[in-house]
Amino acid sequence: MSRSARERRSVVAVEPVGPYALVRVERGRIDPGTPGQFFMLEAPGRVLPRPMSLCLAPRGELAFLLDPVGPGTQALAELEPGDAINVFGPLGNGFRLDVPRPLLVGGGVGIAPLPYLSEALEHPPAILGFRSAHHAEAAALLPNAEVVIDPVFVTEVLPAGRDVLACGPEPMLEAVRALAPEAQLAWEAPMACGYGACYGCVVEIDGELKRLCVEGPVLCSS
Amino acid sequence: MLLLNASGCLDALTAADTARSLDAFVTKTVTPEPREGSAPVRIAETEFGMLNAIGLANLGRDRFVAETLPEIARVVGRPVWVSVGGFCVQDYVETCEQLARDDVACIELNLSCPNVDEAPESASEIVAACREVAATPLYAKLSPHAWDIGETVRAIEAAGADGISLVNTLRGVALDARLRPTLARVTGGYSGPALKPVALAAVYAARRVTGLPIVGMGGVQTGRDALEMIACGATHVALGTVLFADPDAPTRVRTELSDEATRAGFATPASAYGAALESVAKMAN
Repeated sequence: MSRSARERRSVVAVEPVGPYALVRVERGRIDPGTPGQFFMLEAPGRVLPRPMSLCLAPRGELAFLLDPVGPGTQALAELEPGDAINVFGPLGNGFRLDVPRPLLVGGGVGIAPLPYLSEALEHPPAILGFRSAHHAEAAALLPNAEVVIDPVFVTEVLPAGRDVLACGPEPMLEAVRALAPEAQLAWEAPMACGYGACYGCVVEIDGELKRLCVEGPVLCSS
Repeated sequence: MLLLNASGCLDALTAADTARSLDAFVTKTVTPEPREGSAPVRIAETEFGMLNAIGLANLGRDRFVAETLPEIARVVGRPVWVSVGGFCVQDYVETCEQLARDDVACIELNLSCPNVDEAPESASEIVAACREVAATPLYAKLSPHAWDIGETVRAIEAAGADGISLVNTLRGVALDARLRPTLARVTGGYSGPALKPVALAAVYAARRVTGLPIVGMGGVQTGRDALEMIACGATHVALGTVLFADPDAPTRVRTELSDEATRAGFATPASAYGAALESVAKMAN
């Protein structure tokens, strides 16, 4: 298992990707971890850091895709090159990579962990759903992707007989799970700490409350 | 001066290094029966703090004593304080009886969780009943909501408490973009930097009426904050919300505390104890 560390890191760049922002920070000695694991990123001026799964691990960097919709993600998207933030991770459990016929499924900013996952699995096919063509520009982050745009849903083009690894909004994950009960799903919840301290990030899965930061964020539904 | 964590803000079993960097570890509150806790959403960040509505999620006292406590004691290797919660005086008393063990250094009676219904008995009644059965040091953790905290502190001291923990969270509400309550339970406990002045006032008021040890907590993020707690009369200081953002906070705060004491003109942090009260007394003379 990767050892997590909390270190101050410089921002290399913040790039727009459609409506999203790709925040690139210096990696230093931080372990990028396995795909699906996440990092707590200090959001300048906010009380709590924000959990972000690793999107890409270019040489010497860690890159995170985020949707600047709230005060924390906006503060992160407004970082300038040379600014420094605390980066804590990798945290949680990532995807299991020992799958014979992988298919990546993502929705919206939930595609965030898939580029790094795609690399680890040597670019398997992917199906990505977005709410607009502008949002769909983020599909360029991973090769071999079929893109569908609202009102078409990813579940309408999901082939059978694949090992699904998915991340996206909760309704999408529920719909994917109904079609592919064995799927590995990366869930999301508001998190205060990211390391099991606050018990804030529980989600109800099959009637049981799971602490996403230590038992997830990737959970196998069956 | 001991540096502790505020109950509920750290799990020694998932963050042993952080727990070991404290002088003593305070457990999450244990209740008689297992509790799943509140439905999600359980936390919400606000401008100057955060709300939580965890709802005292825990395995219940039987499993806590049999499984969790020995594991915590083994992993932490530091004195363990156990936070005890309940819904009537008997709940507290029976848990205290079960905690008469070598691996419990102190019992902190949680008399002020904003996320569960309160016991009908007064804080001092609960303390008095627990005192009868517990030889272990007993601290009472109080809410900052009381208008006259001095009166409560006097009653608790008379009931036999060994110390006071001040403060628990304040009750608050946060709304989302569409003006719906963010938390599933609607209200939650408000903590973080905004709580500090409230906590300082409570510690100050308590110190004016008691010589008992006081654990000061609420919005402590830096060594300067900890020093202010000590100046208002805190004997010990606990870290809460800051641990969520910074698992290395205990080590950092301890280092900053010495520097801040020097900067404020005190040889050591301990020599700043009660400085705020003394300065007021001097002015009065």
